[in-house]
Amino acid sequence: MLKLMIVDDSNIIRNKISRGHDDAKFSLVATASNGLDAIAQFKKHQPDVVTMDLTMPEMDGIDCISTLMALNPEVAILVVSALSDKATGIQALQMGARGFLLKPFTEEELENALNEITEQVDV
Amino acid sequence: MSEATLQVFIDGVVRYFRHTSHKEVEVGTPYLVDNDNPAAFDYTGIIGISGPTKGCVYFTASRILLKHLLLSLGEGDTSDENLIDLVGEVANTISGNARSEFGQEFMISVPVVITGAPSNIHLPQASRSYVIPIYWKAYSAAVVICLS
Repeated sequence: MLKLMIVDDSNIIRNKISRGHDDAKFSLVATASNGLDAIAQFKKHQPDVVTMDLTMPEMDGIDCISTLMALNPEVAILVVSALSDKATGIQALQMGARGFLLKPFTEEELENALNEITEQVDV
Repeated sequence: MSEATLQVFIDGVVRYFRHTSHKEVEVGTPYLVDNDNPAAFDYTGIIGISGPTKGCVYFTASRILLKHLLLSLGEGDTSDENLIDLVGEVANTISGNARSEFGQEFMISVPVVITGAPSNIHLPQASRSYVIPIYWKAYSAAVVICLS
């Protein structure tokens, strides 16, 4: 079972991801509504997989990815964002994210994206 | 503002509703309004735009539309808190998706949400805004674009 953390400033999106992930594969251990809270939760719960929004108050997703990768380079991060330009997607991947899911998304798209980024995660 | 620019936001609205509900949205003919009388329904999510393009994009909708949209998303909690969250998230998604056209320099803020009186929306008086009317089920909403 992989430990999952959801980071998004929207409660609705957090709930949607919480409902949409595969319960047989992931165990939700934490949620956070901004980058600073995400770092605190990450240190406490040590998740294997993180879904990460980019546009958030306090600390945005790009800065948060950089910090999480420094804390644990093995963490699998899926960016879930509405920012649709190629440069942002490339920047997120260069920072260490393993995948990018564009908002809005369906549950099937979420499941596929989570499966893709966790194929090589050591359980 | 060019027709192509407007189409970017229209495509964003259509895409949002297509992904989140089983009912297609209908888009009305966009029109220009003076900024001293901004269009607004019960809840409005405003995204500030900075960079080479400046201004704001907002999504405004009636309470009943947002409640039904929440239910379509599988969210059973239709509290005021979630209605505010949703109208901000729709505005954020439509604005963020527009970066496929405008690029990374189209800087978007986190949403600011206001409820009720349109008098709380302050737009540059020297310019005008485009209103894109939206009809979903029996309910109305709009995307308003005020960009320099």
